Amino acid sequence: MIANDLNVGAPRSRIDGPAKVTGQATYAAEFPATDLTHGYIVSSAIAKGTIADIDTSEAEALAGVLKVFTHENRPRTAWFSSNYEDQVGPPGKPFQPLYDDSILYSGQPIALVVAETFEIARQAAALVRVRYVAAVHITDLEAARSDAYEPPTKRSGMAPPSSRGDAQKAFSEAPLRVSQEYAIAAEYHNPMEPHATTVVWNAEGNIVVHDKTQGVLNSQAYVANVFGLSKKNVRVISPFVGGGFGSGLRPQHQLFLAVMASLDLKRSVRLELTRPQMFSHVHRPETINMLSLGADADGRLTSVQHHAVAATSHFEDHQEVVVSWSGLLYKVANASFQHDLAKLDIYTPGDMRAPGAPLGVFALESAMDELAVAANIDPVELRLRNYAEDDQNTGKAHTSKELRACYSQGAERFGWSQRNPVPGSMREGHELIGWGMASGVWEAYVFKTSARATLLPDGKLEISCATSDIGTGTYTILAQIAADGLGVAMDAVIVKLGDTDLPEAPVQGGSWTAASAGAAVSAACETLRQNVLKAAAKMPGSPLAKAGIDDIAFAGGRVSLKDDQSKSVALAAVAMSVDAPLYAEEVVKPGLIKNLRTSSFTHSAVFVEVRVDDELGVIRITRIVNAVAAGRILNPKTARSQIIGGVVWGIGMALHEEAMTDHRVGRIMNRSLAEYHVPVNADVQGIEVIFVDETDSQVSPLGVKGLGEIGIVGTAAAIANAIHHATGKRIRSLPITIDKLLG
Amino acid sequence: MTIATATENATTAVSFVLNGSKVVAKVRPWTVLLDLLREELALTGTKKGCDHGQCGACTVLIDGRRINACLQLAVMQEGREITTIEGLSQDGKLHPLQQAFIDHDAFQCGYCTPGQICSGVALIAEGHAGSHEEIREMMSGNICRCGAYPNIVDAIAEVASLAGAPSAPVSRMQGVSP
Repeated sequence: MIANDLNVGAPRSRIDGPAKVTGQATYAAEFPATDLTHGYIVSSAIAKGTIADIDTSEAEALAGVLKVFTHENRPRTAWFSSNYEDQVGPPGKPFQPLYDDSILYSGQPIALVVAETFEIARQAAALVRVRYVAAVHITDLEAARSDAYEPPTKRSGMAPPSSRGDAQKAFSEAPLRVSQEYAIAAEYHNPMEPHATTVVWNAEGNIVVHDKTQGVLNSQAYVANVFGLSKKNVRVISPFVGGGFGSGLRPQHQLFLAVMASLDLKRSVRLELTRPQMFSHVHRPETINMLSLGADADGRLTSVQHHAVAATSHFEDHQEVVVSWSGLLYKVANASFQHDLAKLDIYTPGDMRAPGAPLGVFALESAMDELAVAANIDPVELRLRNYAEDDQNTGKAHTSKELRACYSQGAERFGWSQRNPVPGSMREGHELIGWGMASGVWEAYVFKTSARATLLPDGKLEISCATSDIGTGTYTILAQIAADGLGVAMDAVIVKLGDTDLPEAPVQGGSWTAASAGAAVSAACETLRQNVLKAAAKMPGSPLAKAGIDDIAFAGGRVSLKDDQSKSVALAAVAMSVDAPLYAEEVVKPGLIKNLRTSSFTHSAVFVEVRVDDELGVIRITRIVNAVAAGRILNPKTARSQIIGGVVWGIGMALHEEAMTDHRVGRIMNRSLAEYHVPVNADVQGIEVIFVDETDSQVSPLGVKGLGEIGIVGTAAAIANAIHHATGKRIRSLPITIDKLLG
Repeated sequence: MTIATATENATTAVSFVLNGSKVVAKVRPWTVLLDLLREELALTGTKKGCDHGQCGACTVLIDGRRINACLQLAVMQEGREITTIEGLSQDGKLHPLQQAFIDHDAFQCGYCTPGQICSGVALIAEGHAGSHEEIREMMSGNICRCGAYPNIVDAIAEVASLAGAPSAPVSRMQGVSP
């Protein structure tokens, strides 16, 4: 519980704003170190095979080169594959850089040059001569899908729900049927900050690692396990992360390589991936959905069958939640699910913003749009007819679900009632106008998280937690919670994050940080209030000597008697009165009983207007209304930005993003920001965000559900549906590029 | 033909004004301005996002013009006046556009932000921030992967409107024919 609510729920500017707008925020590749060396990675030119010969002599002869690391001279690291596992990796054997002569995918790091300067390392990398023996590779999901298999070991929490009823029979008997394939291209996270690690080495044998990571503790444990170090000798400090979106959840190969080189050379090392090298690791898997809906003549669903095939690597079985949403979102008695994988000669895919959800929901919500057309029912009305009050997959009740309000408020704001349902019927000049909509859904989680609240001697309040702020606004919402918890001004709160010396937190992802870290900070502040009262009561002549915790209030930087506010003590005076700073540390855990009995999800309804040039096929998105139900909104200002960001990602998924592989060489050809298109400013306009009221006392201690993912989930489907409404063309593979529209 | 290698010690002294102070730097011919700023001069506010002029994260002001520092060799900077994000605030007071970025929540992770702000400052000075549409178009060389675009446009539009009539481009540009 928060004592006050001056800041929580109010639009507050980011407390890390001044550092970020002045260039003072320091990212992984920007930390200084004495005698710093620079690394540069040599990447494999083939997709599969072996290294027959790797000649580093020319590179090593270059003045300023310290060493070229390859599989032939790699320092010894942990023997067992399990030592390379991390907190969030999927089943399988994690990739080990420079392990042996095998080439597993194009772009694989095969050598690391370390030199006195970045430029020398880069030049030397070009002088490493490699002779390969190539083997036959497969990088085309279409070619591999016939060998798709159900992953024998399920990634924790990712198994599809049990099938129910007889979906096949119900489908065959249904008067209305939709059965189609919906595909999504492989996407790369491309955070603006390339992956980078600076290892600061010192003679005492300790290293401080500045890693681009969404979980400093995950990086620390990985380094300790792989290199046989004690965790106390590995401190990871990453206060700012230049975008994550999931790419910083697992330790990436630059972390391994930089630490390996630093320990071997006994020097500090900086290693930054180039933008093309950012296409050599984690990405969203190319996924094909086979989705069948059966419905009665009124559009009420009788059958849902969702079967997905996603790409994975030969060494790990990456899994995410793709198909579950189709059984969850609508009331349907018969449902079947299957999530298969097909192995390709690629690096293991991984979690990317709302992993799985926008892929499965694109299929489901496109199919629902097709059903609406077939049944001649308004798309919103169709969804209301099939509205599910309970979690259809488990039968559990929702702790809250205000999706109806999302539909109604979103539709109202958008002006949906003015829509002419006939495709191609709305036009302005040479542009066809299309209005489409879709639902979005994401699970709301709480994970075990600790936080500490300390009253500093100067009366300021310090909050610390190992979680990160990848741009999500974590610094700010924790400051708001703490300020209200102790009744101080926000500028009297100092928040420290992203450091393994701070109280434990899970990786930042899945939209769980605000609910989890927020609750931990709130709990720590609650305990600190009691500690402050105890200390205040002991002060000479204290007016609070006999007060209990319920008798006092914290406000304006003072603690006072509720009944007589003139009797008060300044927090700064309490802080001065004690020998050691007052602090409290608390841990918040997921409610196990709550999770057995109830389900919690965020929901959204997305409404989109597109304009399509009737001759050129150029698509412009002119308006998007995203109505979100996500429990309590801690900070409407940063919350709105989170949703806008998710919507922009949905635009990228719908219209732009696609890693294009030349399957003859098994290599991604558009490995740059010029050719792998992400939305730019000119692509984005008219986004409106609505937060519908949703009170939920059960989902998490603060009633928070989280916002990082929900913005993207329904957006791509809504755009595709709008394009169909504009043009009459149903494009079932993302991105929807002009060639598909004109083809 | 002799091909220079990155290990040769031949350096050239270049002098320029950086954030209001004169700098004399001994640079190798292949050193890029972005790396000079980040690695040698400890000005890491200018970001490396692609190193190929594709993302705009390294945008700085050279003689008032917005330029990708990754596409500028350090030796080319003789006599120029360079402003980086670290030089925009004066006496601890934020530049109006820096403040507007905070007020409008025009960033999330913050990595593209220095480049966005430098681009925005020059855009306003050039008189190219006349409408939201113009700002969107002219700011499309600065990628923001967090998707803060609507707020970036709002921040620039606000400062542009406060700045009133667009000021003339800086003198150096007058010699440049279209």
